[in-house]
Amino acid sequence: MPAVSETREAVEKLARSNYEWGFETNVEMDLAPKGLNEDIVRLISARKKEPQWMLDWRLKAFRAWQDMSEPDWAKIRHPPIDYQDAHYFAQPKKKSGPKSLDEVDPELLRTYEKLGIPLHEQEMLVGVEGAGQKTPVAVDAVFDSVSVATTFRKTLAEAGVIFCPISEAIIEHPELVKKYLGTVVPVADNFFSALNSAVFTDGSFVYVPKGVRCPMELSTYFRINARNTGQFERTLIIAEDQATVSYLEGCTAPQRDENQLHAAVVELVAMEDAFIKYSTVQNWYPGDENGKGGIYNFVTKRGICKGDRARISWTQVETGSAITWKYPSCILAGKGSVGEFYSVAVTNGHQQADTGTKMIHLAPDTRSTIVAKTISAGQSDSTYRGLVRMQPKARNGRNFTQCDSLLIGDQCGAHTVPYIESRNMSVRIEHEATTSKISEDQLFYCRSRGFSEEEAVGLIVNGFCREVLKELPMEFAVEAQKLLQISLEGSVG
Amino acid sequence: MSENSAAAWQALTGRAGERAALLGAGGLPTRRVEAWHYTPLQSLNGIAWQEAPALDAATVKRRVEGLNLPEHDGLLVFANGRFCKELSHLPDCMDVQEYGDGSAVQPLLAGRFSAGLNAALRQPGARLHVPAGTDAGLIVMVSLTEGDGVSTHLHHSVTLDEGAQLTLLDVQLGTGQYLTNPQVDVHCADKAHLSHITQQAESHEAARLAIVGARVGERGNYDSFTLNQGGVLARQEVVTQLSGPFSNTNVNAIQLVDGARLNDLSSMIHHASPDCTSRQTVRSVLSENGQGVFQGKILVDRIAQKTDGYQMNQALLLSEKAQMNSKPELEIYADDVKCSHGATVGALDEDQLFYLRSRGVQEEQARDMLVQAFLLETVELVEHESLRDYLLKALPGHV
Repeated sequence: MPAVSETREAVEKLARSNYEWGFETNVEMDLAPKGLNEDIVRLISARKKEPQWMLDWRLKAFRAWQDMSEPDWAKIRHPPIDYQDAHYFAQPKKKSGPKSLDEVDPELLRTYEKLGIPLHEQEMLVGVEGAGQKTPVAVDAVFDSVSVATTFRKTLAEAGVIFCPISEAIIEHPELVKKYLGTVVPVADNFFSALNSAVFTDGSFVYVPKGVRCPMELSTYFRINARNTGQFERTLIIAEDQATVSYLEGCTAPQRDENQLHAAVVELVAMEDAFIKYSTVQNWYPGDENGKGGIYNFVTKRGICKGDRARISWTQVETGSAITWKYPSCILAGKGSVGEFYSVAVTNGHQQADTGTKMIHLAPDTRSTIVAKTISAGQSDSTYRGLVRMQPKARNGRNFTQCDSLLIGDQCGAHTVPYIESRNMSVRIEHEATTSKISEDQLFYCRSRGFSEEEAVGLIVNGFCREVLKELPMEFAVEAQKLLQISLEGSVG
Repeated sequence: MSENSAAAWQALTGRAGERAALLGAGGLPTRRVEAWHYTPLQSLNGIAWQEAPALDAATVKRRVEGLNLPEHDGLLVFANGRFCKELSHLPDCMDVQEYGDGSAVQPLLAGRFSAGLNAALRQPGARLHVPAGTDAGLIVMVSLTEGDGVSTHLHHSVTLDEGAQLTLLDVQLGTGQYLTNPQVDVHCADKAHLSHITQQAESHEAARLAIVGARVGERGNYDSFTLNQGGVLARQEVVTQLSGPFSNTNVNAIQLVDGARLNDLSSMIHHASPDCTSRQTVRSVLSENGQGVFQGKILVDRIAQKTDGYQMNQALLLSEKAQMNSKPELEIYADDVKCSHGATVGALDEDQLFYLRSRGVQEEQARDMLVQAFLLETVELVEHESLRDYLLKALPGHV
């Protein structure tokens, strides 16, 4: 079959496709010495001018972490990570505070330009052509471990929304941070979350007060730049009763031949009738064609629907990283609350992804939907791992899960590991999973209508992922589609 | 092996502690062992299992006669781990081979706790052999266990030569708080066809760790059906390897769990050759405080192109306290495959109940009808007609 052999050939070619964001920015960096110990934790806390309670919290996490061991249940392989061989604090040197963009290193701004992130406020109106209404997006840019710029803060403040680096929130809104930090992902929840709790340096903080619909999309761009640094950002989003917020997260890193660690923690709290939509387009550097380098992406993301009828929706497009270990989860504690998880994970080259979700139904009438699309090409391995648990009190709980895998080439693997636990008779759980390759019929159909092989595969893959992509905010959907194309570039046709 | 688990292991094996080394870092699997997460064995800790004493022949005879077995071509009876020759007979075309030393774990089952335990305490079971091109008809194997604190570890092997055929009904029953740990090694040569029906009707106080390892040659077929309805803690583990092209396996099951019992069906279907098919339908009905477990893995090797695998697992919860844990798993390394699995968990469909009620059927009767319909579809997957009827009679309410 020509299509198949061509596809395979193309898979081999893939490694030659370029990682578009693989540039390094020459910004003077302020680095903490390599290694991890209590002094480093104290140093980070001191550099962030944190209050004592925050330092105590970090130290507690650090001590817990020392007693923990790396989880080994995921279907990933990597050489042992030397946690002492990295800088746990890297900060672009600044002449003064990060509050004004003019004072930010111009090199840095050029970085964001290269990324296509319109940081300047006048460029912030990212109009979608033909959409008529222009949609503003507020951006918090995190460069290595530090938040360098947050835009649109004034407009947001008028609406009562707090959107700032978490380091700032710790100082300016300690009551909120104290109340919620670590409540969804406890410090000792797992190895990587404990590590993050000890050494996180920045991240975003969002607070949407009661009844407020956040007037614009909030967005954070994370970039790892410095060599031998890990990125440990911490995000905390709180939506009070009837509040609504949509948050976007994008990630890139330069091309390097050593592995870099990224261990983030994201916590979402949705109160009564609140809605949090969290979208991620993850495009960390995946490593070169021999599997050298790339980001180890070990992320803990969890949201709690605390109030009745609260809703949390996770959407992720995972195309980057050498290893992805990530399970955005929802704890449905409020009556009638809703959890959603929409995911596209693309692996190529030597990438490995073990990703999925957990839906923990605690309260009656809770509903959850899981749609996971996995595409494996090259010599990659991709696993969907998910848990749906209906506790005895989750009367009338509903879950629908659909996991589809697409294999491109015969050197890759696709795996599905769902756990379904039901402790109550009034629930309805449905789970479907399929694994297949791109059908010859579909390819032939497109080819016979004049599409090239690559275009045809692009069309089919985009169709395969449509249910997920349509969940993304418009600007991200466009970006995600492009990313899918780039990730699979050369793997087909 | 940590000291604790070694002690637990000693307690379990007692009379054959020295063979515990076979299990490497053994000990009783806890919840932390992935394969036993939903079926932890701690409750078996600290019981000094004894060898089961011989049973009185007349009692055994009475119990076997009470089974109302379907018409069969051969019968093998085991009581408390011992072969009852006087109650057994086989057709002329078959031979029972001598039991060898055989304390090794067959490679297919390496690393599996139930197989390791069987290897350590193995008792000679049936050695069935069907010569090439022969249809041996229906053979019934009955294993009866009686007593408290006793354990049996029978090891059977069933070998079908090229083109041979056999239907094997494997009936297990007993009374008391015992442990059974039977293992069946199956080898279907090219074009051989084994239909293996296991009726697990152990005592409701018994523990059971049963395991089957089947290798299937080119165009061969291993068709397995398990009716899991006994035991307080009972796992039926089925491992099949499709080692020749165009072979097929079915691993179907029904689990009926009530009381405070736990029944577990764990399976591994390994597609090790191209062009093979596998089908799996597992249906569980959970009532009272019953717990059901289903773990099913389909593994597709890189060379196993054109694999067609399908797995369906459905559970019906009939009471507030019933529980179901399922883990249907796909591990796929070949790209030209068609594999899917589905799982559902829920209560009886209110619309269907309403339909029956609106036609004058009493509520209770309507519920029974729906449960029976749910089970019937799975029993119908058994090809052998008289066996199908036999199994239907074993279901609640005689479908």
